[in-house]
Amino acid sequence: MSPQQKFYWLIGGIVALLVIASLIGWVLRRRATAENSIAVIDNLNARVNAWWSMVFIFSAAFIIGTTATIVMFAFISFFALREFITLTPTRAGDHRALSLAFFVIIPVQYWLISDRWYELFTIFIPVYGFLLLPSFSALAHDAENFLERTAKIQWGVMITIYCISHVPALLLLDIPGYTGQNALLLFYLILVVQLSDVLQYVFGKLFGKTKIAPVVSPSKTVEGFVGGAASATLIGAAMWWITPFTPLQSAGMAFIIVLMGFLGGLSLSAVKRSLGAKDWGTMIKGHGGMMDRMDSVSFAAPIFFHLTRYFFT
Amino acid sequence: MLLSKLLIGLVRLLVGAMPRWIGTIPSPTQRIYFANHSSHIDTVALWSALPPELRARTRPVAAADYWGTGRFKRYVALKCLNAVLINRNKTEAGSNPLSPLFEALDRGDSLILFPEGTRQLQALPGNFKAGLFHLAERYPNVELIPVYLENLNRSMPKGAILPVPITCTVRFGTPLARIANEDKPTFLNRARDAVIGAAQ
Repeated sequence: MSPQQKFYWLIGGIVALLVIASLIGWVLRRRATAENSIAVIDNLNARVNAWWSMVFIFSAAFIIGTTATIVMFAFISFFALREFITLTPTRAGDHRALSLAFFVIIPVQYWLISDRWYELFTIFIPVYGFLLLPSFSALAHDAENFLERTAKIQWGVMITIYCISHVPALLLLDIPGYTGQNALLLFYLILVVQLSDVLQYVFGKLFGKTKIAPVVSPSKTVEGFVGGAASATLIGAAMWWITPFTPLQSAGMAFIIVLMGFLGGLSLSAVKRSLGAKDWGTMIKGHGGMMDRMDSVSFAAPIFFHLTRYFFT
Repeated sequence: MLLSKLLIGLVRLLVGAMPRWIGTIPSPTQRIYFANHSSHIDTVALWSALPPELRARTRPVAAADYWGTGRFKRYVALKCLNAVLINRNKTEAGSNPLSPLFEALDRGDSLILFPEGTRQLQALPGNFKAGLFHLAERYPNVELIPVYLENLNRSMPKGAILPVPITCTVRFGTPLARIANEDKPTFLNRARDAVIGAAQ
């Protein structure tokens, strides 16, 4: 099968899944009578509808090409950082540092990917961003909560720009015998992370009893995690034919993606709560904000990128 | 108009400016929306938050000494926003600085007004100027809608050239009730409290 054919098979599979999900949602909604189950089902249907739009935007960017994919992720970083900064108490003195983050760091980081400048891509934010962002804030002569303010901005920039940019950075890798198919690897990562999130949600709703971290993330349960992680790992293994991995390697990679995604969801939920919010935003109906969908991706992407680069290039 | 659409798109991309109708719903009734003022994008943010059919009949009140200067700003104010320019500095004796607003209200248009008169550094509004009181007295049937612009002072604090992308919400509060024979300071304080009330 050519990469093109593989891609259309994938899209076909996802569309079929969404059709099933929409049908289930429709049947459930017709049967529901109790008030709180109606609320849960309405939220479920809103989520499924949002998935339709997300799959559409994603596939469109993939079909248009590499540049469109990179630009799409630049916008994802933009909206994710916007949500992060909205919840973070910054002061007028941070204005220049924030302008730098939004209008310089995001474009440069993604330009480095399209320019295939790997060395600078890896250090641009951890070195140059890390040192220049606080310098800009310091030049504004406001020392109040300076360390807290800069630490929060750094964290937001690392998660929403640096970590998320590792998804399209998969396009940079030169994997022997896999030339011209990197976009499929990107699809693999996103698919495993998101399916793992969805399956953990489904298993949690059906069998969830024991809460893992009730204070940090009340919806995460042991049953949900085990069921979701196991099934997402199996699906990941079954997707080996779109990756450069063997089925066993693919299972291992999927498991690491699932695990990192879980930790990302948990850590960013803790961040969100420490900032006093329940959702990151309201951009994606039923899901919350952009960061509510990208939290697991942001933790899984850099590790997946690094492991693939280390072992397969 | 293309430039208006571009302006609205840009404001949504940068600050969202999504409406939250808390104390009222969108309605074609003639209204005066009055809000706290902390940044240059306040006017466009509130205006973009209105549904298009209301937006077409709602005119922002803008200071002639800012929006009237420079060809581009003047073009945006008059052609895109259909603003009513007023002179907030000294005017010649005998002329009423509010008369352009009377004309707009007489024509049946709604208005967007920033009663503090100038941008503030802090989030919550400062003292209101008397204009709103005179309009309320002269047009007893026009609804007065308090609006709280959340986060815009963070996105573009006074002195900043570029807005930073921070999600801002336009919160529409409960219409201000009319109380017969209320004196000016009491009315203005009550109006200011209504804007603060829309913040919660």
